[in-house]
Amino acid sequence: MDLNTILQLLDSSLRLATPLLFACLAGLFSERAGIFDIGLEGKMLAAAFFSAAAAAVSGSAWVGLAAGCTASLLLAALHGVASITFRGNQLISGVAINFLAVGLTVLIGQNWFKLGGRTPPLQGDARFQNIDLPLASTIESVPILGPLYSEVLSGHSILVYVGLLSVLGSWYVLFRTRFGLRLRAVGENPGAVDTAGVSVVGLRYSAVLICGMLCGLAGTYLATGLSAGFVKDMSAGRGFIALAALIFAKWRPWSALGACLLFGLLEALGNRFQTFELAGVTMPTQLMQALPYILTVVILAGFVGKAIPPRAGGEPYVKER
Amino acid sequence: MTSQTQTGGRPDMAAPSAAPAIELRGISKAFGPVQANKDIAIRVERGTIHGIIGENGAGKSTLMSILYGFYKADAGEIFIGGQKTEIPDSQAAIRAGIGMVFQHFKLVENFTVLENVVLGAEEGAFLRPSLAKARTLLTNLSREYALDVDPDALIENLSVGHQQRVEILKALYRKADILILDEPTGVLTPSEADHLFRILHGLRDEGKTIILITHKLREIMEITDTVSVMRRGEMTATVKTAETSPTELAELMVGRKVLLRVDKTPANPGATVLDVSDLRVTDEKGVERLKGVSLNVRAGEILGIAGVAGNGQSELLQVLGGIADAKGTITLNGKPLSLSGPDSDGRARRAAGITHVPEDRHKLGLILDFAAWENTGFGYQHRPEYSHSGIMDNAALRADTDGKMERFDVRPPHNWLAAKSFSGGNQQKLVLAREMEQNPDLLLVGQPTRGVDIGAIEFIHQRLIQLRDEGKAILLVSVELEEILSLSDRIAVMFDGRIMGERLPGDTDETELGMLMAGMDGKAG
Repeated sequence: MDLNTILQLLDSSLRLATPLLFACLAGLFSERAGIFDIGLEGKMLAAAFFSAAAAAVSGSAWVGLAAGCTASLLLAALHGVASITFRGNQLISGVAINFLAVGLTVLIGQNWFKLGGRTPPLQGDARFQNIDLPLASTIESVPILGPLYSEVLSGHSILVYVGLLSVLGSWYVLFRTRFGLRLRAVGENPGAVDTAGVSVVGLRYSAVLICGMLCGLAGTYLATGLSAGFVKDMSAGRGFIALAALIFAKWRPWSALGACLLFGLLEALGNRFQTFELAGVTMPTQLMQALPYILTVVILAGFVGKAIPPRAGGEPYVKER
Repeated sequence: MTSQTQTGGRPDMAAPSAAPAIELRGISKAFGPVQANKDIAIRVERGTIHGIIGENGAGKSTLMSILYGFYKADAGEIFIGGQKTEIPDSQAAIRAGIGMVFQHFKLVENFTVLENVVLGAEEGAFLRPSLAKARTLLTNLSREYALDVDPDALIENLSVGHQQRVEILKALYRKADILILDEPTGVLTPSEADHLFRILHGLRDEGKTIILITHKLREIMEITDTVSVMRRGEMTATVKTAETSPTELAELMVGRKVLLRVDKTPANPGATVLDVSDLRVTDEKGVERLKGVSLNVRAGEILGIAGVAGNGQSELLQVLGGIADAKGTITLNGKPLSLSGPDSDGRARRAAGITHVPEDRHKLGLILDFAAWENTGFGYQHRPEYSHSGIMDNAALRADTDGKMERFDVRPPHNWLAAKSFSGGNQQKLVLAREMEQNPDLLLVGQPTRGVDIGAIEFIHQRLIQLRDEGKAILLVSVELEEILSLSDRIAVMFDGRIMGERLPGDTDETELGMLMAGMDGKAG
């Protein structure tokens, strides 16, 4: 494998990791606050559709972003109402949101655009354009670091950089602010937060809405950055892979970045090496493309260390007598 | 208001101002048809330790929840330091200077002590300055009140006693003047409880007001200045602790005369029923929990095992009850029992004539979400009276449960109620009824009165004595020394997986047993 191939692989890893990263951080906020969210997938899909639709109609990726995030936030609020206010089962609410998104996006898409559930292909400003980071061409000649910076890090759409900054931001908010302390506490022992005079409901809603916002970014990037428009089921299980990455990362932001990059790399490998020879046997394409999903199963089966989820996760909070 | 409370005039011990720390007037609270608090009036003087005593379900916790803003009273007024105060939520309670130490701690287990203390009372939006400021304050508070605890330790690594100190520190950090403690010693060892009492005395001497909610008469007598008694949602009396006695308080609590000492005749022991020799148990971590225990129990006697929790008593009960494997020999009525393999499980033990009232009734004794009638059948469901060729005879089980509930005075007597809906005492009666009515040769009983109120304790003790008088052998494990002393015909003390010694209750006292429990041989010094 030559240097160029490696650089291209890393470049596409970063690109493919971005939607996972947003979704993973989304799950991180929600689950750290004690709300399990298997509806990441559905929120991403809804955001992908509405961002693509809005971008196609308006011709602006930014309008698309606003529409995508709004759609995702609405679904997040639905999850919040079901699981916080009405203390419903969080898994069932999440499943419902996933089904809702799968059906609704195709139905509305067909009704609006008559393209079999697709949106029209996005062109020009309707997509987020790749931007070159400052000095990218200047330091390109520096060995190793130069190409890494100009080929891998530079030349992505703005959402990729927002994703990377979100890791830093999430870490800071969770571990360096009052809000973060309370949010983590409410996922571990809501009783402690309640008796300390802080609203459990308020904190959990904030977390769920942050989750919705980040899923909105994930879906928008999927439709307007990674692809050029919406196609049916385009999230392709990424919401679930993000959950696996979250467990792999043990609910920590920096580890989440690592986990998502690993999944991104596997996906990039699968795309790049459609056929692969191992000990004289040609591996089928399907195997290569299944790599991220295989890793997901391995992680969820608990082969990667012991991951302790937030202790109050999944449990609606009911005041004790 | 009760007649015993004083109003202002008389010079009070530590009260410079006349206004009481807390005064409640006419507090009432109903949950549906249940009147949890009825027209409660109470006056707690500043700088005193005020006990509130009552049985489970008497309304103590409801009253305190009203004071801490968890519930809104249907009627009544709250005065803090002479000022009428509304307490709609916990935030308001904290602002009014009330701190609460709950029975089940409200701590985040994987946070540090410092983080738990500042949670909800941070100085600003950013953590670091808040934590730094809290650290200094915390160090001062710890020193001032002898509340030593490492601010950087994780809660999950602290002992229960230390966790409780964190709860107290939390309240003090929020500048609480009034500290409410709900059943604070339920989870503590005797020495931890003593330490807590010293801390509370220190706090009182600094001018803090302390309200201690408990159902333990001994604690009330030991550390309170004043005591209020609650029964069935009403405040039945408020008296100076120095002017009352445990007997009087027990009577006020239960509403009738209560025997605090168990009335029993000397045992009339017969043949040896259980003979244990050189019993050894090693747990999954490779730690030896029982290091060669030998003992015997005869028909018609109660052998009491005293000891601080965690010294091998639980393992002993588990081996005898068929839950854990062991090495050594056990014979029941002269016949050896298997200590591992399929013949050593609980069913085999029951068939052999051993029944078991486990120490932890929530984990091992009951399935809390199942109905009473299901719970009273567990372990015996295969018996011909309850099932015919694999099909359960639910009607028979229900009828049988009705009988058990009547004979053991389980209230409310509804066999369809889930086990979790009963109070601690009534849950324990369900387990006891199940195990005692199997007519065992040997009854194993662990912590029979843990979390059980005083009226039920009396009942349970009488039943155990009655079973003994019927000629059954009873092995009793309890961390309550009083219980061991009053029930046992012989006492064995366990320490670190060994029997430290055997004593007769008439020839020993709490001091000597306490020494043995701490691993010191009474005689050798």
